[in-house]
Amino acid sequence: MRKQMILVLAGLLSLVLAACGGQAQQAPTTAPAQPATTAPEQPTAAPPASPAPTAAPAATSAPAGGTPAQPAAGGLIERILARGTLICGVNNNPLPGFSSVDAAGVRAGFDVDFCRAIAAALFDDPNKVEYRPLSAQERFTALQTGEIDVLIRNSTWTLGRDGNLGLDWAPTTFYDGQGMMVRKDSGINTLEDMNGATICVQTGTTTELNLADQFRARGLTFTPVVFPDGDATRAAYDAGQCDGFTTDKSGLVSSLTLLSNPADHKILEVTMSKEPLGPAVKQGDPQWFDAVRWIVFATFQAEEYGITSKNVDEFLKSDVPEIRRFLGIEGDLAKGIGLPNDFAVRIIRHVGNYAEIYDRNLGPNTPFNLPRGLNALYTNGGLLYSPPFR
Amino acid sequence: MAAGSPPLPSGKVTIPFYRDTRIIAIIVQIVFAIAVAALLWYLYSNMMNGLRQANLLPTFAFLSVPSGFPIAESVIPYDPSMTYGRAFVVGILNTVRVAGIGIILATILGLILGIARLSDNWLLRNVALVYVEIVRNVPLLLQLIFWFSLTRLFPRIQESIDVGGLLFLHNRGVTLAWPQAANDFDVWMVWVYGGIVVGIVYYVVRRIQFARRDRPGVALPQALLIAFGIALIGFFTTYFAYGSWPVSLSIPELQRFNFVGGITVTNSFAALLVGLVIYTAVFIGEIVRSGILAVSKGQREAARALGLTPGQTMRLVILPQALRVIIPPLTSQYLNLTKNSSLAVAVAYPDLFYVANTINNQTGQAVPVILMLMASYLSVSLLTSLFMNWYNRRIQLVER
Repeated sequence: MRKQMILVLAGLLSLVLAACGGQAQQAPTTAPAQPATTAPEQPTAAPPASPAPTAAPAATSAPAGGTPAQPAAGGLIERILARGTLICGVNNNPLPGFSSVDAAGVRAGFDVDFCRAIAAALFDDPNKVEYRPLSAQERFTALQTGEIDVLIRNSTWTLGRDGNLGLDWAPTTFYDGQGMMVRKDSGINTLEDMNGATICVQTGTTTELNLADQFRARGLTFTPVVFPDGDATRAAYDAGQCDGFTTDKSGLVSSLTLLSNPADHKILEVTMSKEPLGPAVKQGDPQWFDAVRWIVFATFQAEEYGITSKNVDEFLKSDVPEIRRFLGIEGDLAKGIGLPNDFAVRIIRHVGNYAEIYDRNLGPNTPFNLPRGLNALYTNGGLLYSPPFR
Repeated sequence: MAAGSPPLPSGKVTIPFYRDTRIIAIIVQIVFAIAVAALLWYLYSNMMNGLRQANLLPTFAFLSVPSGFPIAESVIPYDPSMTYGRAFVVGILNTVRVAGIGIILATILGLILGIARLSDNWLLRNVALVYVEIVRNVPLLLQLIFWFSLTRLFPRIQESIDVGGLLFLHNRGVTLAWPQAANDFDVWMVWVYGGIVVGIVYYVVRRIQFARRDRPGVALPQALLIAFGIALIGFFTTYFAYGSWPVSLSIPELQRFNFVGGITVTNSFAALLVGLVIYTAVFIGEIVRSGILAVSKGQREAARALGLTPGQTMRLVILPQALRVIIPPLTSQYLNLTKNSSLAVAVAYPDLFYVANTINNQTGQAVPVILMLMASYLSVSLLTSLFMNWYNRRIQLVER
């Protein structure tokens, strides 16, 4: 135990040193995090975010000085703040709409935006993210060993993973279900038509298991062709080495755009499973888990209030107590989860609310044009529901 | 002290223990052993602490839980309702299958290659040289992916290349007609077993004769011939007695999605096997070449002077002597091939490493799974080693 403490202390020391080095380079941005890391327990009575009603929505920059968080000593939040970047596990294969790198080398997508939201909440800068591309097989090990802080890689929340893998899932950001893609000329319309077919699937996924279950339940046989790599799986299907290709429906829609001739393929109606996708963290740091959870909730709540990145400054002038609490103008609610009081403002300003994130990556103006479906607010018949911010 | 004090007593010199090199050596060793043990203990307790915090304490209980995941090809019957333990065994057998076939083929190809490298024929010699230099200087993983990508260029299964209705090439592998047991197979098997027994009896009798006469002799070819001949006679006798052949040919038939009947060698297996064989054969070829060169030139000249043909010289004089040089490094290559087969995951062949990874991923039991994985590879390698060492001892010169 003592040895561990020594090790942790040594690690912290080196992190602090590293952070100081890092901060020195980016001096112009009046480093707000530094005092917090060196003396985390100082009750700097700063919570009320400065953009008080008087300070009119100034041209650009963030509300001066992000209030220092109150992270638990030795907790992950403190280490992330000291490090200066969030390490976010994302998909190693391009999954357009969720996580892909554009021609300019910028990573974008639905999952990526949630990484950015967490970074925005912690650092008031959505770009302080280090992306760690991971395969389906590597992802949980990377999280278990602490190589990444949070895994946002279209990963399905299941009881087995939650319990046996030592992970915790934040609220689901995308409700999905497993689908099946086939060639139009194959004459396949239902799963029952696929008896004896060869099916491409990626290993280390829930879809691999659901596929076996679904076919077993229907008394059908199939030959799996299983790759550890999403790209290889798709390529094998594209080359006709498989009759079907199965993964989450959102993944199928996304993969469709990458096939050599998308018009030749179709996605079957059938939904083979429930696939709630969301951010996962390692079990054992409740504060960090809470922080990630409420960051996700903040995007839901912002949509419910109608607060967007465009009108957030108007809302900062609001008199409605709920909204004032949500935006951290009143009270110090976020202190308990180790986040600055204005974390919701930071997320909305830099990344936007849930609807903005969704529309930017998957909405009507994208090639996918996915209907919101279950991913609408509960007020619109969907499943997104945030507990109250109070 | 007085200058004239007497020197040390000449009889017994007592040195303090901390200046006695023998004792110091022992102390240093003890301290070092304790330090190593402490380090190992620290690493172990640190690991267990971390795993306990993450609620991931190692246990082997998962082995008896249904796995739930499919495996593409298996030597033994397997489906997702069977246990993780069974899945692991399927992985081991798949690795043994590709390694076993690979070792045999790589040895044959390597032998040909090694001899070709020493050929008097300029073309043959240089073709072999180019092959060796290209293949051994390109990473194996790259070669596997090359072979696998190549399989993608074959037509889709619906438009398979049909070779005489018996062999079909498509981008999922090769499907070929394969013999299968017919009605009277059992009757024929009696003949086959009978042939084997007669062959063994003949062999043993001849060996005893040779030993009595104290003269060397050859018995194996005749024994094989007898066994084979009896089986063949039985084959025709069964046909004439029952009116149908004991073995029939299962002709593949294209159903809606895949071929039914015959056997299909998947493209994953083919790519892995071809990649491993071509890569390992190069190293075996170089070992064979060095072995042949290690045999003194006088042996060859003497053999030729006795009137042996070049083929006989190679087969009867050079190779048996070269074998003594070849076997030890050859063992390493066999082990390499087995271990390299773990790259199978890149070409979607479900070998041991692939299956273990999937189990690890599903159960989160990294420590037990990795231990089992290491133990399995170690066992396979040690068994190979053991056999090769036994063979090596057998062919060494017996010195009297």
